[in-house]
Amino acid sequence: MSIGILGKKLGMSQFFDDTGKSIPVTVIEAGPCRITQLKSTSTDGYTAVQLGFGDIRVKLVNKPAAGHLAKSGEEPLRHLREYRVDSVEGLSLGSSITVSDFEAGQKVDVSGDTMGRGFAGLQKRHGFSRGPMSHGSKNHREPGSIGAGTTPGRVYPGKRMAGRYGGKQITTKGLVILKVDTERNLLVVKGSVPGKPGSLLNILPAKRVGFKAAN
Amino acid sequence: MAAESNEINDMTSETEATTVETSLETSTPAVATLEPVKATTGKLSAQDLIRAFEADQLKSDLPEIYVGDTVRVGVRISEGNKERIQPYEGVVIAKRHGGLHETITVRRIFQGVGVERVFMLHSPQVASIKVERRGKVRRAKLFYLRDRVGKATRVKQRFDR
Repeated sequence: MSIGILGKKLGMSQFFDDTGKSIPVTVIEAGPCRITQLKSTSTDGYTAVQLGFGDIRVKLVNKPAAGHLAKSGEEPLRHLREYRVDSVEGLSLGSSITVSDFEAGQKVDVSGDTMGRGFAGLQKRHGFSRGPMSHGSKNHREPGSIGAGTTPGRVYPGKRMAGRYGGKQITTKGLVILKVDTERNLLVVKGSVPGKPGSLLNILPAKRVGFKAAN
Repeated sequence: MAAESNEINDMTSETEATTVETSLETSTPAVATLEPVKATTGKLSAQDLIRAFEADQLKSDLPEIYVGDTVRVGVRISEGNKERIQPYEGVVIAKRHGGLHETITVRRIFQGVGVERVFMLHSPQVASIKVERRGKVRRAKLFYLRDRVGKATRVKQRFDR
């Protein structure tokens, strides 16, 4: 059973399924992730596994982090993430989690940081429609009215306006794994995932509200 | 006439053979060069990994197709549980993309109506492709054929491919 894995988005491609349909896919290089810490009810009050992923130069790891990582292995790691599990049985410090935990056909949730778009206007950020670009109109990409007049005399909270867009963590849910390449540590997932190629992704078995996970 | 067509067939088969060889030569690096690009980390780059993933799906037996050629495409059609191959013949009026994403647009006149179909060359639905006739054209896209009818839609044959 898979608990989750960290990976790097490589980019998008296409994949032909059994019926010959071309499916847009994202190729993710996931793992191997070293288990850097096991948390138990006796010591931490809950059970969880901490996974580490990604290369980093030894020089860039500060002493507290290096000390923590040294408990599980030699290599320094760039990213650490914690995964809640029911029990840590069968998992040992220093061993690694690979894509072989996942299988084709399985559904996963993939979270990561979206592409940062900077200070974006209403058309891009909220999908507003724009005003006429000509015929004397000067209302090209303006916000329009943001509320009534003296009553209520203020702008309601949550009014959609221009501002920073993107660069936030989102989760794309229920993506189907089409192929697992254990040799090259690749997960091929149907559809798109957040972020640019090279960005960090957190892949978890799909969580559906109202449904209990199998096993 | 028959001898001539035989000659053409021989020629096409020859070119097919050579193209297969060349395509193998060109495609092998994509598959085989799984040597680390970054010597320091010993890891493959993102591009190489995607190329390797795509290389597994590439067909190696495709003939070389040019714009203007008349091709016969075997299209796999499944009706219920039965699967059969339906031929579709026409002129290649456009080629798009490259590698795994490569497509051709094939135009033919069917019952007086122009029909264009786009085929993904590496798709399993395209069972076979045979070049019937090489065309001599001076454009990369033959969209001008859409405005023509009858005799004017003919494409000159070329014998040097």
